[in-house]
Amino acid sequence: MRRVGGGRAGRAATRRVVLARPPAQAQRLSARVLVDGTGHGRLLRLEAPISFWGGIDPASGLVSDPRHPQHGCSVSGRVLVVTATRGSSSSSAVLLELLYAGLAPSALLVAEADAILALGIIAAREMGWTTIPMLQLERPALARLPAEAQAWVERGGRVSVWAEQA
Amino acid sequence: MRLTAAERALAAGEAGAAAAMAMRVVAETGAMLGASRLVEIVSAHVDGCLYHGDGGVLFAERLVAGHGRVAVPTTLNVGALDLCHPGRVRAAPARQAMARRQMQAYVALGCRATWTCAPYQAGHRPPLGSHVAWGESNAVAFANSVLGARTNRYGDLLDICCALVGRAPCYGLHLDDNRRASVCVDTSALSAALKADDAFYPVLGAWLGAELGDAVAVIDGLPPALGEDRLKALGAAAASTGNVGLFHIAGRTPEAPTVAAACGGAPLRTVTLTAAMVRAARERLSTAATGPITAVAVGSPHFSRAEFEALQQLLGPRRARVPLYVCTRRDLLAELDARGMLATLQGAGVEIVTDTCVAVTPILPSGSGVVVTNSAKFAQYIPANTGHDVVFGSLAECVESAVAGRVARRPGAWC
Repeated sequence: MRRVGGGRAGRAATRRVVLARPPAQAQRLSARVLVDGTGHGRLLRLEAPISFWGGIDPASGLVSDPRHPQHGCSVSGRVLVVTATRGSSSSSAVLLELLYAGLAPSALLVAEADAILALGIIAAREMGWTTIPMLQLERPALARLPAEAQAWVERGGRVSVWAEQA
Repeated sequence: MRLTAAERALAAGEAGAAAAMAMRVVAETGAMLGASRLVEIVSAHVDGCLYHGDGGVLFAERLVAGHGRVAVPTTLNVGALDLCHPGRVRAAPARQAMARRQMQAYVALGCRATWTCAPYQAGHRPPLGSHVAWGESNAVAFANSVLGARTNRYGDLLDICCALVGRAPCYGLHLDDNRRASVCVDTSALSAALKADDAFYPVLGAWLGAELGDAVAVIDGLPPALGEDRLKALGAAAASTGNVGLFHIAGRTPEAPTVAAACGGAPLRTVTLTAAMVRAARERLSTAATGPITAVAVGSPHFSRAEFEALQQLLGPRRARVPLYVCTRRDLLAELDARGMLATLQGAGVEIVTDTCVAVTPILPSGSGVVVTNSAKFAQYIPANTGHDVVFGSLAECVESAVAGRVARRPGAWC
């Protein structure tokens, strides 16, 4: 049986947040599958383009770029909304490390097919480590996602989103 | 994705487990990107040898265990250790051991131990129009823009997979249509004095990446004899503030004899750069302004022979009061030594770093403090990677700051 997070099962356990299934009123979206899989968690929208390398610490999962609006936020276990990436082609390696360490987001919702990020997931799968889905949505659909919400990603690109209870 | 019979045989394991794994990664990534086939490549530059964590070491060692061997000449980008200067990198022994294992694994795959982010200045210069698979964003920008070779921004992991199978997904910048400029950046309103300052080029690149993202631009109005180190600085900056993989410079780069040739007609839009826009882009590169400094860092991308000569001339007989780190490629070390420059520079307080750089591994004095740099790429990454503040300046300002031990400005053409 594959361990969650591949490398270090102990730390990985923290990202297994127990969630209810999506409620009936959840907004349902159909996304293009870049890497298939399942994942759920609270949405985290990156409000500026990010380079995973130099922008996210692979040892902690925290946004480490002090100039990024989400500086200090943890991406671990979140359904991460990435409208634009920039910079280093080493971002695939950082995502591979996050997956190995069990500190990865639980899913990626992206505006554009990003080969650099997808690679990190594909390489993790080749290594036999647990992977995450990567789905593409149109920019307007990403922009309409509520700021505080839970998201549930199923195989085949179905995404359910619902506002969190206050 | 249509694979040829030879490619299907590779994927089926004909050439071993590593080549099969590499072919799966290349084919799957390529299909996701919309490539319908692969293209044969003549060389690769691999960025995956830098240690980010144990996962990457295990990945490379899996390829070695599967009898992986690169199919085309392949150079290596920097690792996390300075193998020529033991003790330069301050990292825990366990981390250093893993970083060394990662570098060794890539050499075991048949890659050349070049350890540089400027392979194009170390003799790796694929011809105009040739297809290659290069990683490291500045190297990609240079290969496409200045050499006219064709590569996408192949990330860590995909770069080595392409090298192992000798092929890359045929999409993006491998195709003529995607290499044409859509935007013309007109610099004719800027002064000749500004264009004569070396600091202008990384600032222009930083503006380009931040404003245009991954659009292909042609820059008009620059001096036609623009030196290679300036193009290197421009590309590195553009590729660190945005996803720029290709830019053209009218009258200078090989696919842009004219603006119209670069665009394949008229540009879709033109942006006219003003001095105020350039000044603002320059200011965005600094997180501090004045005061005492911890160190000066240059050489991202790795310093060239000409840059060392300029540094020595600017320093003269003076000595730096704070460490002046120069990151460069190992093959220049012997040459500097033979010319007597190495001892002179070291006597003046210059700390030479090879095989790696100060933004990717712990070399800079620990703790916070201000680092002055002439590299927009360092300015972009150092605050997050090392915790230091940065002040961006020209090479002359870097040298004056190193000698003074505090930020020294020479506004010149910028005011």
